Amino acid sequence: MEKIVLPDIKNIHLLDVYIQNGGYTAAKKAFSQSTDDIIDQVKKSGLRGRGGAAFSAGLKWSFMPKTTNKPKYLCVNGDESEPGSFKDRQIFEYNPHQLIEGILITCYAIGAKTAYIYIRGEYHKWIKLLQKALDDAYAAGYVGEAMKEKFGSEFFCNIYIHKGAGAYICGEESALMESIEGKRGYPRVKPPFPAQNGLWGCPTTINNVETITNVPPIINKGWEWFSKIGEPKHPGTILYGVSGHVNKPGVYELPSGTLLTDIIYNYAGGVPGNKKILCVIPGGSSMPPLRGDQIEGVKMDAESLKAAGSAIGTGGVMVMDEDTDLVKVLSRISKFYHHESCGQCTPCREGTGWLDRIQQRMVDGKGSISDLDLLVTVASQIEGNTICALGEAAAWPVRFMITRFRDYFEARVSKEVDLAVANKVHSMRQTAFPLADIKH
Amino acid sequence: MEFKFTPENLQKIEQEIKKYPERRPAVMFTLFLAQEQNGYISNEVINEVADILKMHPHDVLGVVTFYTMYHQKPMGKYHIQVCTNVSCMLRGGYEIWNQVKDKLGVGHMGVTADQKFSLEEVECMGSCGTAPMLAVNEDYYENLTKDKVEELINSLK
Ligand SMILES: Cc1cc2nc3c(=O)[nH]c(=O)nc-3n(C[C@H](O)[C@H](O)[C@H](O)COP(=O)(O)O)c2cc1C
Ligand code: SF4
Ligand code: FES
Repeated sequence: MEKIVLPDIKNIHLLDVYIQNGGYTAAKKAFSQSTDDIIDQVKKSGLRGRGGAAFSAGLKWSFMPKTTNKPKYLCVNGDESEPGSFKDRQIFEYNPHQLIEGILITCYAIGAKTAYIYIRGEYHKWIKLLQKALDDAYAAGYVGEAMKEKFGSEFFCNIYIHKGAGAYICGEESALMESIEGKRGYPRVKPPFPAQNGLWGCPTTINNVETITNVPPIINKGWEWFSKIGEPKHPGTILYGVSGHVNKPGVYELPSGTLLTDIIYNYAGGVPGNKKILCVIPGGSSMPPLRGDQIEGVKMDAESLKAAGSAIGTGGVMVMDEDTDLVKVLSRISKFYHHESCGQCTPCREGTGWLDRIQQRMVDGKGSISDLDLLVTVASQIEGNTICALGEAAAWPVRFMITRFRDYFEARVSKEVDLAVANKVHSMRQTAFPLADIKH
Repeated sequence: MEFKFTPENLQKIEQEIKKYPERRPAVMFTLFLAQEQNGYISNEVINEVADILKMHPHDVLGVVTFYTMYHQKPMGKYHIQVCTNVSCMLRGGYEIWNQVKDKLGVGHMGVTADQKFSLEEVECMGSCGTAPMLAVNEDYYENLTKDKVEELINSLK
């Protein structure tokens, strides 16, 4: 299987090696075509955002106004703070120049002269690694004014890293822009959307790191090639980050639509002790959890996961075995969203607090069955009533986990010692689907 | 206590400001620099940063309190951050948290009497695939076991 984002080329993070392998030729090719052409190719490729919402990248770019006297901006989202997500850091470390080249092409397509890469502050090491690559690219004339000569084009742009300082909400695109502006990371009310009113009130596009890193190969090898990889409606490869109860946790780049069971049992080496799977969160902690007995045949792409009752999110697969205490897990998830709520909207600020406190009570053994209904009610009152999608991120895990594991939760709050998990788990032995070849 | 940036740091700040169309966006960078130089963000730091970036001190304070990586009191020489979020929790994150807590004798945001260590329970650090993890100041330590943690903390002088 061909890897697009994290190719198996030794030392590809070094500028020389990247160039020896055809690096920065996609940018040269792009600059000789019209911006409309580039946007059109990315649209046709079917590339969808890898930051959570899986929105068409080319379509998003086309929202940028063509005629404006304001400067335009690109923000590259490397906040990567969703629990279960650890993929963008692999790009910073192992393939930074492809990200930089993707930024050049994206800036050209949308007419931006400046790009900011927002990276979470805790990623000190990865910020340094990316800064080194960026410095090398500048020194060699691939970024900044010198680009004009290097690529023989009129176009040039600058790329800067903006370091965050610990706030999950800054991954939300409008909070991210506030944060770059030097403010508290408060999400903005939309509309207006960033393409009209973004950074400093100027037209702005925000894309995830992985999304942008896909762009150079699309330009080089053509949109048709890309559109044929994986699932037609969500093509390309996806960086699946697998964590929790698996033998080989890690990031696996695989075609979209790879079976969830394949990812878990083949690539991530199955569950330690051959235990059964009780629960899987397929796309990072804010996505609806799936019961073990629901994962058979589920493909990992936006449409298939929607049909299965969850979402692709950031592709962070969190696996929990049959001995996991789901009450503790869900309570920990709610504690996180309570901590990270920025506090602007009452339903989110107060609601996440309620969710957290009620579940703390359950963990302490003082919960009751009516608490379960209360939790679902509180969650439903957050959803759809907030400025940003952190509301949904906090509500979904609660609503879906409790609904899907209702009898488990009832047994747990009634303090029955034996939890009936037998009908909910996934066992490898039930697998009816062929498993993919493993190449390692 | 009065606070002034060193000339080198002032230069770095001016360099940072050039990345943006105005001065204010450099506030996050400037606060990191101040924290490095001063150990924590005092009121004097806030006033000085506001002065340099032509911001209102309240706006600087607003930034300081919003982001968890800025500290308004002195922390230990080694600031230990243990992740207990789900992926870490599933692989023993809380055992590591309790171990470090017991060993240092302080809780969340506590500082040891000799100012050598401080402790923080943190949210997901992006090491879910190499869980459990902790960070000491800027460095990540991943795939931890209790023995590794013991050895690590003993090695911090
Ligand atoms: C609470 C919250 C946190 C988010 N965190 C991230 C993040 O860390 N990284 C990211 O790329 N997108 C994150 N997003 C999604 C962004 O708002 C945005 O949709 C995305 O960066 C767009 O890029 P894409 O279209 O390339 O996916 C978050 C959204 C919400 C509501
Ligand atoms: S939904 Fe929550 S995080 Fe989003 S703006 Fe409202 S309070 Fe802030
Ligand atoms: S859950 Fe601990 S690093 Fe992600």
